[in-house]
Amino acid sequence: MLPLAGLLIRAPWTSLPQRLTEPGVLAALRLSLLTASLATVACLLLGVPLAWVLARTRFPGRRLVRALVTVPLVLPPVVGGVALLLVFGRRGLVGGWLDATFGFSLPFSTAGVVVAEAFVAMPFLVISVEGALRGADARFEEAAATLGASRWTAFRRVTLPLIGPGVAAGAVLCWARALGEFGATITFAGNFPGRTQTMPLAVYLALEQDLDAAIVLSLVLLVVSVAILAGLRDRWLGVS
Amino acid sequence: MSLDAHLIVRRPGFTLDAVLRAAAGEVVGLLGPNGAGKTTALRALAGLAALDGGHLDLDGERLDDPATGRFVAPEHRHIGVVFQDYLLFPHLSALENVAFGPRCRGVPRARARSEAAALLDRVGLAEHAGKRPRQLSGGQAQRVALARALATGPRLLLLDEPLAALDARTRLDTRAQLRGHLAGHAGPTVLVTHDPLDAMMLADRLIILEHGRVVQTGDAATITSRPRTDYVARLVGLNLYRGRADGELVRITDDFALTTATPQHGDVFVAFPPTAVALYAARPDGSPRNIWRARVAAVSRHGDALRIELTGPVTVAADVTPAAAVQLALEPGREVWAVLKATEATSYPAEPAPEGRPPQGPTGQ
Repeated sequence: MLPLAGLLIRAPWTSLPQRLTEPGVLAALRLSLLTASLATVACLLLGVPLAWVLARTRFPGRRLVRALVTVPLVLPPVVGGVALLLVFGRRGLVGGWLDATFGFSLPFSTAGVVVAEAFVAMPFLVISVEGALRGADARFEEAAATLGASRWTAFRRVTLPLIGPGVAAGAVLCWARALGEFGATITFAGNFPGRTQTMPLAVYLALEQDLDAAIVLSLVLLVVSVAILAGLRDRWLGVS
Repeated sequence: MSLDAHLIVRRPGFTLDAVLRAAAGEVVGLLGPNGAGKTTALRALAGLAALDGGHLDLDGERLDDPATGRFVAPEHRHIGVVFQDYLLFPHLSALENVAFGPRCRGVPRARARSEAAALLDRVGLAEHAGKRPRQLSGGQAQRVALARALATGPRLLLLDEPLAALDARTRLDTRAQLRGHLAGHAGPTVLVTHDPLDAMMLADRLIILEHGRVVQTGDAATITSRPRTDYVARLVGLNLYRGRADGELVRITDDFALTTATPQHGDVFVAFPPTAVALYAARPDGSPRNIWRARVAAVSRHGDALRIELTGPVTVAADVTPAAAVQLALEPGREVWAVLKATEATSYPAEPAPEGRPPQGPTGQ
């Protein structure tokens, strides 16, 4: 709590309204919220099926896959960013092909920010959804099967509603991690205001020029994330 | 519509190997102690576990045949299952639970819901249609589970311990209602239970399963009067011995024989109820043909009577009135004379059961 208190005490309260309306602040905030949300959606689309596979099926190398899923948790985000560059960079494994075929390049673009954030935040979602799936009785899926439900129908109409709170919790964690993402983003997507400069990047940049501006940006990030997390917690996690 | 199955399922340390047949409209009770393989058999029928051998035919359609690699997934079998703990979907109302099956089979939402409502009405739950499973009592949840299984118009109905989760009072009512609903099901029904009363009340025919094998099949009357294993004998409350008959005399052990009312030859079972055994403090007068010295091992309540477990040349259970027990001072360790009326002991050939396999090994108690 002490660092938070320090932030509040040192805040330039008198010049706050004026600083808040600076266009750079709003642009960075909007970009941060947008990319964190898109990254969460991407994590949901990829992570929920992955969690289902890890929780419900048996295949050789499953433990290895599970270990790989958690790698971004322990990997310094900067290293993640470097790895992403090596794959999606203009001369990277996939990036070169993307560039040659579609004339499309991920690094240093807003899409690149989303990819970097999703890469770092994915484990949070997969781990909570897999945990929820293991806690949910698989026999409900069997009961659905005897009633004529295909695996997909059983998952959609029975399993997903049962693990809803777990998915929501994972999505919130995932979103929070994406919102705070710094290392992988600055390495992979750079620091272009309006395009790839998210709030954490703006804070870092401001710190080198104007301490008060950095404090203001930090406060905004703090207030927005606390407000959203508190709201989601009450709405989704409170009922479970 | 008929079921013809030879179920072979191998698990570590356990093999289920049972022949199961049921005609249209017939209710077959699969009865056995815990761990006998009843639930494994049910899962194999439903397609939730694959066979390792044998075959499974329903209405002439082969559903599972390891020899040819044919396996029809549970969602394509049209087999209704009522699970032991019902497994009602907790996030759906009773009505939505019942409508789930028809919806999966492509019935339009409105029709699925109206049919589900009609089914709930039939099981007497019309006013509970909107409730979630956790708001239902055990008996109500059981009926919703039954309605859900019947809603798909299954070709085969499977019930796994349908009454086990209910208290005694609810059980009585639910059993009577269940009997009515089962009578209305056109296809065969397989009912798994470890409760002999449920099995005899609900099933037309019983299949007794022990250690993964069928040990006896028949209707309730045959099973109750002519048990073939210790498990069945205990279930129906009879003393059971295996011996060699020469006329009315059946040799149970080298130095103990019983005289029965029915002359037989060869290997036989001898069965008699505990009430047929009378106990005396001193050797009674006259010349009873079945008389032996026995020692009281245990005394327990059994309905209005006391059940006395006796050791001696054979272990035997005897029922006496509390008054007699007091008069004889029956307590563990006491020596008494046991007398069995020959007219109450029946013997019957120990040849293999008509369907399935013979009991494993000798069954003298």
